[in-house]
Amino acid sequence: MQFEPFIIPFNIGLYFILIYVVTRSVIWFQDLSRPDKLRLQRGFFGVAFVRSLKEIFMESLIHRKILKTNLRLGYMHMSLAFGWFLLIFFGTLEADIFGTKHLNAPYKAIFFKFFNPDHGRMGFEAAYGFLMDLILAFILSGLILAITKRFYSKIVGMKKTTHLKITDKIALTSLWLIFPSRLLAESFTSGAYGTGSFLTGSLGTWFATFLPVKVLAYPFWWLYSVALGTFFILLPISRYMHIPTELFLIFMRNSGIKTGDKAGTFTEVQTYSCSSCGICIDACQMNFSAGITNIQSAYLMKAIRNNDDILSIADNCLMCGRCDQKCPVGIELSPIRMIQRRREDTENNIRNIYKGYFRSRQAILPEKVSSSLNYDFLEENEPEKADVLFFAGCMTHLTPSITKSMLKILDASGVNYSFIDEHGGVCCGRPLMLAGQDKEARELINYNSQRIWKSGAHTLVTSCPICYKVFKESYYLDVEVIHHTQFIKTLIEEGSIKLNFLHKKVVYHSPCELGRGSGVYDAPKEVLSHVSKLDKTNFEDENSLCCGGSLANMKISSPDRRKIAVQAANELTKSDPDILATACPLCKKTFTGVTETRVADISEIVAEALVPLPSKQYNSGQVVTVKELANS
Amino acid sequence: MNKFGFEISQGRQIDYDANNRSVAEYIFDKEPSFRLCIECGGCSATCTTGNFTGFSLRELNILIKRGENDQVRHKLKKCMLCGKCTLVCPRGVNTRNVVVLAKKAFQEIDIYAI
Repeated sequence: MQFEPFIIPFNIGLYFILIYVVTRSVIWFQDLSRPDKLRLQRGFFGVAFVRSLKEIFMESLIHRKILKTNLRLGYMHMSLAFGWFLLIFFGTLEADIFGTKHLNAPYKAIFFKFFNPDHGRMGFEAAYGFLMDLILAFILSGLILAITKRFYSKIVGMKKTTHLKITDKIALTSLWLIFPSRLLAESFTSGAYGTGSFLTGSLGTWFATFLPVKVLAYPFWWLYSVALGTFFILLPISRYMHIPTELFLIFMRNSGIKTGDKAGTFTEVQTYSCSSCGICIDACQMNFSAGITNIQSAYLMKAIRNNDDILSIADNCLMCGRCDQKCPVGIELSPIRMIQRRREDTENNIRNIYKGYFRSRQAILPEKVSSSLNYDFLEENEPEKADVLFFAGCMTHLTPSITKSMLKILDASGVNYSFIDEHGGVCCGRPLMLAGQDKEARELINYNSQRIWKSGAHTLVTSCPICYKVFKESYYLDVEVIHHTQFIKTLIEEGSIKLNFLHKKVVYHSPCELGRGSGVYDAPKEVLSHVSKLDKTNFEDENSLCCGGSLANMKISSPDRRKIAVQAANELTKSDPDILATACPLCKKTFTGVTETRVADISEIVAEALVPLPSKQYNSGQVVTVKELANS
Repeated sequence: MNKFGFEISQGRQIDYDANNRSVAEYIFDKEPSFRLCIECGGCSATCTTGNFTGFSLRELNILIKRGENDQVRHKLKKCMLCGKCTLVCPRGVNTRNVVVLAKKAFQEIDIYAI
């Protein structure tokens, strides 16, 4: 048994973190709802387990997604995570193969060189020493990048890096100290014994020429151990908690657990899985257009973990979903933000206790809300019976040209439709939801649902992506909900409308709620390429920009909104198109004021391209399709 | 005593000493653009709720600024937060946030009795 007092800090840290992670996992598991517990149990004995292992290897160690978006940043993360893993893995093997006995205590592997200074002189031993040095060099190269990034973030291609709190800074310093201190400790020991490979060996020999290496080695082994111990002890209250939590998250996600609309274990695990890498900050238009740099998702996660002022961050967001797409950990950022908005009145129900090592849920006093309805002034009336309903929505009422175009298209197509909110409709409820007022939204949803049911329609066409998303997700309707771009696409495919080709160059701006929000990317582009020359921009599909007009942001000032709109419009019209096309009345309204290019909704372009029908077929009261006309 | 009919219409005097301007101050503090409102009525003209009932954001703005909170409290709940008013506002007032903040102010008054 070899014992040295310097291993004590490392051992304390290691056993502390092991016990802590197990306890925390048990608490999280207990907090899961019953169905989620079953999912997790089933996942443990199923394919999900294998898939999780693969994902853990690819994402937590190799950092594939970060490598894809940013090579240098990915290399930095990979060298630290994968390198450290390799160092531990091969270190344990080394201690097992070359050590005095098999199955050693963990510290034997970590401080192997100290206990076996004579090891690695020749043959296989030397080759193994070379491998260990190579891994250490790999980590140190990443570390140099990381340290430079902290002071000069452009080195890894990042415009901004995250601000840190004090415990994060101490944890970061101890993390930074781990590998250089290991390097120096190993070099000094190697120098004293004349061992070591290309890195530690040559460095040690060089040090030995002018330093008393034998004396110096010992304090550096102490430093190495203390750095490791400090890092482990601070890990649960710093952002490095993401290292153990991410494994848990990957496993939960693969077992089929979803965020849902209430806070729970899964949201908590997700918030702790955020490593504050800052990729969301770079993706955020509030940052790069309006210069607002304290509300991005990384900061929201941090605020939730530390119980800071969550609401001012949660409310100040366009909910465009760009960060959701970019997050390398795959945290469902927008749903978590929505949960925080909803919890407005109960935001203090979670408290950090024991310096933040654990959290306690406090019982919340039921909020005194009057049971009276807010919108009882809405009259119940019988809507017109029709096959297809057209719901323009509030925003479309502000852009009458879209309504007119849609009516023109509907008339031309000959479907039996009814314009359900012709005389001023009721809001769909999504703006209320975005403001965190779900109860009120439910009232509007019920009212609108009643009207839609009564009309007996089988299809609901909406012109506004905001309405589209809420009709799809939060209404329980037995009608097919489609956006007008999808509707027009069907009309074209069926041959119900005939269109001329407009010789105009068009670029398409994908609205957030329609694209990233509802996954409708192709239908609008297909319609556009049918009637015009569709040009590509630098911001297509998942990477599309937000116009800045989003209703989701409660806080942003109108000058800041304008900054976002101006920059987005400039980016989109770089190729100097004739028309900047969009599929959302709100985007249209926002862009119209900030660009010289003509901004038009797809329905307007289609209406323009429409081949006019002979007038007698209009207003005949009868449903006549173009095909039937052609036959008669 | 003869009644000369002076009581037919209600008094139209605004008593700033008796009125409680705390809600207005709360909103001014958190949404400074509220100060920019020129009471043009654009918001009321476009209002979705105003289509069904006498709800007028312009009226509510004026009442809040005067501190006549009792009249605002219940009317405010009719707003659907659809955001049309914010889009038409010529002064760039974040009217949606004004409504949300006013609701919150009343809630806090109810809870903490301030």
